Amino acid sequence: MAVPILKQSNYLIATIQAALTDQDFVQLRDALVEKVGRFRSRGVIVDVTALDVLDSFASRTLRDLAYMIRLRGAHTVIVGIQPDVAFAMVQLGITLADVSTALDLEEGLAFLDSVDSEQARA
Amino acid sequence: MTKLISRDSGLEQVRIPIHSDIDIVSARHAGRSLAEQVGFSSSELTLIATAISELARNIIEYAKFGEVTLEIVNNGSVNGVRITASDTGPGISNIEMAVRGGYSTSGGLGLGLAGVRHIMDNFDLQSAPGSGTCVTVTKWKL
Repeated sequence: MAVPILKQSNYLIATIQAALTDQDFVQLRDALVEKVGRFRSRGVIVDVTALDVLDSFASRTLRDLAYMIRLRGAHTVIVGIQPDVAFAMVQLGITLADVSTALDLEEGLAFLDSVDSEQARA
Repeated sequence: MTKLISRDSGLEQVRIPIHSDIDIVSARHAGRSLAEQVGFSSSELTLIATAISELARNIIEYAKFGEVTLEIVNNGSVNGVRITASDTGPGISNIEMAVRGGYSTSGGLGLGLAGVRHIMDNFDLQSAPGSGTCVTVTKWKL
C-alpha cells in the first residue's frame, strides 16, 4: 500500500499507516527522493509509529533513503519507533547507523527546525 | 494460507507458502497471532515477528520460493512457538559463516541468521549446496 506524503512548508511528512512490503519500502524511498527535488524540501520526516516490525530490509531501506535525501541536500528524521521495535532491533543487531531519529512527529519537526536554523547561521 | 490442526498433539500449525514479499508480511502476522495464543509478552511477540520476517526474506532472496511453518509446541512443561523456514533453493555452502554475523551474499545486512539465532532458544540449520535449506527455530514461553 502506498504511503501518503504530506507537504508542510519546507518539509515532507510520510506517515506509514500499516505494515509495508519490501516493494512498498522501496517505492517510499524513491517517492521521497523525487519529491524533495520537486517541492524543494529542506527536510523529510518518516513516521513509523504504526510499524510493529522493523527488520533488516526495512532498516536498510530507511538508511538508504536518509542518505539519498542527504545527497539531495535535505535532512531526514525517522520518528515513532516503538519500544518493542527498538528492543527487537537491538536484540537482532539491526542498526539505523547515523540516521537521525526523534520520539514523535512534534520532536521530529523541532529537530528539522533546529537543523535549518543552524544552516541559516552558518 | 493453509491452516491445519495437527491430529496427534492437538496443537495448532499454520503453513504459509512464500512466493513474494507480500507473503513475508502474511507470515509474520500469522506468527504473531499464533504466539499471542501461547501468551508471549508484547516485546517477545515483536522479536518472534521480526525473526519470521528475516527467515521468510532469506527464502525470497536466495531460493525465490519456499514455505514457512508455524506451530505451537510443548516440551512437557512449557509451550512455545516453532518456526520452520524451508526451501529447495541453492543451499548454503558455508553454514558456519552464514550463522556468524556479517556474512551475506545477497547484499543484505548479513545479520539475518546470526540475529535470529541470538533471539531464539533453539536454532537448527540443515543445508547443503543444491539441496535447499531448512531453518528451524523455537522460542519457549518461560
